[in-house]
Amino acid sequence: MSRPTPLRGVHEALGATLTDFAGWLMPLRYGSESAEHNAVRQAAGLFDLSHMGEIFVTGPQAGEALDYALVGHLSALEPGRARYTMIVDPDGGVLDDLIVYRLAADEFMVVANASNYPRVAAELTGRAKDFDAAVDDRSEQYALVAVQGPNSRAILGELTDADLDGLKYYAGLPATVAGIQVLIARTGYTGEDGFELFAAAGDAEPLWAALTEAGAPHGLVPAGLSARDTLRLEAGMPLYGNELTAELTPFDAGLGRVVKFDKPGDFVGRAALEPLKDVPPARRLVGLIATGRRVPRHGYPVVVADDGAVVGEVTSGAPSQTLGRPIAMAYVDGDRSEGLAVSIRGTHEAVEVVDLPFYRRKK
Amino acid sequence: MSSIPGDLQYTKEHEWVAGIDDGLTLTVGVTAYAAEALGDVVYVQVPEVGSTVAAGDAVGEVESTKSVSDIFAPVGGEITEVNESVVDDPSLVNSDPYGEGWLFRIRMEGEPEDLLSAEEYGVLTSGES
Repeated sequence: MSRPTPLRGVHEALGATLTDFAGWLMPLRYGSESAEHNAVRQAAGLFDLSHMGEIFVTGPQAGEALDYALVGHLSALEPGRARYTMIVDPDGGVLDDLIVYRLAADEFMVVANASNYPRVAAELTGRAKDFDAAVDDRSEQYALVAVQGPNSRAILGELTDADLDGLKYYAGLPATVAGIQVLIARTGYTGEDGFELFAAAGDAEPLWAALTEAGAPHGLVPAGLSARDTLRLEAGMPLYGNELTAELTPFDAGLGRVVKFDKPGDFVGRAALEPLKDVPPARRLVGLIATGRRVPRHGYPVVVADDGAVVGEVTSGAPSQTLGRPIAMAYVDGDRSEGLAVSIRGTHEAVEVVDLPFYRRKK
Repeated sequence: MSSIPGDLQYTKEHEWVAGIDDGLTLTVGVTAYAAEALGDVVYVQVPEVGSTVAAGDAVGEVESTKSVSDIFAPVGGEITEVNESVVDDPSLVNSDPYGEGWLFRIRMEGEPEDLLSAEEYGVLTSGES
């Protein structure tokens, strides 16, 4: 049985199509996923992300413990700010991609993917044992609700006195929203401006209700995982299990910039990753835009159109509402970019190779 | 609960079939249950008019944001007509699966086997949902 989030009753009352995702019973869509996608691009969408993990690392050496445990330089992070980073195994393989918030000098919150957070919590506990720091997995105590889209600032502004204009991208702020204590983070996974609100699990329903009511005049609609996936794909953001796996290093994924070799001390994965930093990877992650209407999907081979030689593999693909054509991310050998196709159930469909992302919002 | 019109027959692959007055031709589409399970349909590939197919052949596909499904021939025969409107506007499969969202017509060679009544199809889909 899949685990429900604190908002299961809300999703059922809204008539959501529920699906198992990483062991959680999550809303896939409430109505039309295309309409939900477009609402986030043009107005705003409301997401339940309570399946994500929240792991707290606290103590005088919390920053040093994270410097050792992760590839990023977290002890250098200013309180109130956040970083995108990764945890890798000793071979350099990506165990998860993370957002780490520094809540105070001696308190960090590590946000991990639903499928990985028990493993991440266990790894952090083991890696922190020689530091004066405690690791506490509080995922079950937290709900996470996201408001994403160009109108999200206006919607949230109606429910809080917090200084939202002073809240930068990748920053977090403890605040009261509709009378509920939350951590407001200016982060997201849609390519739009937006906020993620971390709240106590028991406050999830009243928080959702307040956002729904304040958002209605601004075009806010509930949005499911299907829209979340197409939004992040258009924004060129990797999904663990698709673009990122334990068989790939951050460099393989084109994300070597998150590995901070210049930070002090050793870190798990340093020895394995250091030799890779100046080596062009054998494959690179590219964007594909299909010429036709059939959709390249996860696992489909990328081939040379002329001779059918397999030169890569699709990691994620979907019809793009914004581009009006199917798009995909794929790992492709070398720097090949011309004359490629995707083998879609036996038929070669021509694709154009493009740089990521497919979509970038106008600032 | 998706609708299951009583005057149609159904297949286990979630297609509906309707007889045409000539007694030789069937109209085929996907059910509302299938359309809802797929989500927003973005692409429909229909068989070629004039092609001859065998019962159970995959003759086309219906693709949505999240998945793709084959369309099967419910009976052997010749494809006599396809719905070009649904090729141009695949969302017709979602908005009107039993009407404007029909997919193709086939002139039967032999009789279709294993068709379900609306009641039987209702039992099948209530067990799956």
